[in-house]
Amino acid sequence: MYRYDEYDQAIVDARVAEFNDQVARRLAGELTEDQFKPLRLMNGLYLQLHAYMLRVAVPYGTLSAPQVRMLARIARDYDRGYGHFTTRQNIQFNWIKLEDTPAILELLASVEMHAIQTSGNCIRNISSDQFAGAAADELADPRPYAELLRQWSTFHPEFTWLPRKFKIAVIASDTDRAAMRLHDIGLKLVRNDAGELGFEVYVGGGQGRTPMVAPLIRDFVPVSRYVSYLEACLRVYNRYGRRDNLYKARIKILVHEIGADKYRAEVEEEFAGLKGLDLDPPAAELERIQAMFAPPAFETGLADAVDRSDPDFALWVDQQTHPHRAPGYAVVTVSLKPVEGIPGDASADQIDLLADLAERHSFGELRVTHAQNVVLPHVRKADLHAVWQALDAAGLATANLDLIGDIIACPGLDYCSLANARSIPLAQRIAERFADAERQRDIGELKLKISGCINACGHHHAGHIGILGVDRKGEENYQLSFGGSGAEDASLARIVGPGFSEEGVVDAVETALETYRRLREPGERFLDTYRRVGLDPFKAAIYA
Amino acid sequence: MTLIRFRDDQPTDEPPVTLEHFLDDAGTGAVRLEPGDDARALLPELGRVKLVEIAFPTFRDGRGYSAARILREAGYAHELRAAGDVLIDEVVAMRRAGFDALASRAPLDPAAVERALARFPYVYQKAADAAPPVWALRHG
Repeated sequence: MYRYDEYDQAIVDARVAEFNDQVARRLAGELTEDQFKPLRLMNGLYLQLHAYMLRVAVPYGTLSAPQVRMLARIARDYDRGYGHFTTRQNIQFNWIKLEDTPAILELLASVEMHAIQTSGNCIRNISSDQFAGAAADELADPRPYAELLRQWSTFHPEFTWLPRKFKIAVIASDTDRAAMRLHDIGLKLVRNDAGELGFEVYVGGGQGRTPMVAPLIRDFVPVSRYVSYLEACLRVYNRYGRRDNLYKARIKILVHEIGADKYRAEVEEEFAGLKGLDLDPPAAELERIQAMFAPPAFETGLADAVDRSDPDFALWVDQQTHPHRAPGYAVVTVSLKPVEGIPGDASADQIDLLADLAERHSFGELRVTHAQNVVLPHVRKADLHAVWQALDAAGLATANLDLIGDIIACPGLDYCSLANARSIPLAQRIAERFADAERQRDIGELKLKISGCINACGHHHAGHIGILGVDRKGEENYQLSFGGSGAEDASLARIVGPGFSEEGVVDAVETALETYRRLREPGERFLDTYRRVGLDPFKAAIYA
Repeated sequence: MTLIRFRDDQPTDEPPVTLEHFLDDAGTGAVRLEPGDDARALLPELGRVKLVEIAFPTFRDGRGYSAARILREAGYAHELRAAGDVLIDEVVAMRRAGFDALASRAPLDPAAVERALARFPYVYQKAADAAPPVWALRHG
């Protein structure tokens, strides 16, 4: 894992001091709310319906056990005893007092964490593959490249007041676990014909009101120059991105309006102009960072066999573990989606337990996934039963990864001032309706995603089944869409037809899934069947 | 209006004119760029420019930072002035983007500006100022 040196620590400490000063000036009335708002937003502090919300950055989704313990402490001492893991691999605290924020930021800084640029019209926290460093299928660990971008983008003087927020994802596998092409910039590590490492650069993806899958803008930029290439990408956006309309200000609109070819040409011109300026860090800096991400000391000679005599445990193993690159190890995903729960929420005690388990069984490392779950990346298969028992005792052993119960939902009208409809209660109704574990497994992989307004924080455009809550004449109404994917086969979901009440949309989902069960061919997921047969048979059944 | 300069020379008396006016009139030496103006249009005429004033009608519009860097990258060495909604919390980014004069609409306390500029001991990226990025400090 990355560890701060004196430079990193000094920068984060200076930020805490600066924010202390800004909060003091706000509390003293020297700053108006209008002046304070963009400053607090750049420290991840939002004003929600009931309280301030603090969003803490989890760079590329990676956490150490001491960091996780600190998050539990903050949840306990400054929130109402829980934290909320987000679709951008961060964690949010929903019940924060403004006057407590300096103390919280100091605690975070003490474990090499911060809330820098978790909001605002700037480059946000860099996201990545939650299985990085553990996955069997990756070209190299993508996190050192993401860390280099974290540093480059932190307080970047030119890109602090962009037209709109800016999200970057970095992956290094053909399997896309990070929804890379739904980011403003998606980077995929590849090797060219000459054997050199570089990136495919996708620009202009996103969800929100106008969802777009990012087009490929450059098929190879060498790792020695990807920082300055991104500098060129951002400069073109900063200069030409629309500022007349908040809803048309994301880079996806610019790329769409001028076209990928014109955007590419503009970037190439900037990139050529930046060449002599030595903006790229030297290879030694990447190597310094890579050394900190060296694989842990995996034991060798471990057996791969798992004792499956306990059927509940065997089910959990099948659903919640992935192959690890080291023999005898597995990647464990802890579901934060129990039937009665709030997707992504964990109590302070549960967060502490995750830290304990990481320390005992996963080389002290944890990851946050964009599907709002938590990963123990390096667990010995021989330890899986002990891990499962500990999770089960804490209500964390739900076996529903990538099944219908593994719902992504935004905070919705229960918390968010932008929302038109509630998301969490609907997620709970659906989870209840499909609570039967055998039924869930029979339905198979099903990514169901719910947003409470068109800003699409719940990724409904990328759901195999997406649900969008809207306000229709003062009533909550839910629009159903099918066929989205945030994976390597990225696609946008299509609206099925007229919307439903909360109860009605649960029924419609059930009808759609019964239709799928009738139509599916062996091995087909709901998404595959939908893509093969199209919308009509589903529509006919739902609106019959 | 407060004008804070980080230069030793005397400011020009010439009032800045619009980009269009400047390009039309070879006798002018001071120009004001609005956020939508293309800073690159100035590059062929840089030889006669003594002052570029870049307008910030609102601090939220960050196009002026790119304009400033483009001019500095092209070798422009005379006064580069940020004018308008220039707030204390923006002065670090402005200095790093290449501005060496701040003309703020609301009063700006020079001592507070000095404190803000001294707050961050290191920077992560190379920009238009002389500050070495931490990667250069790490690897000398």
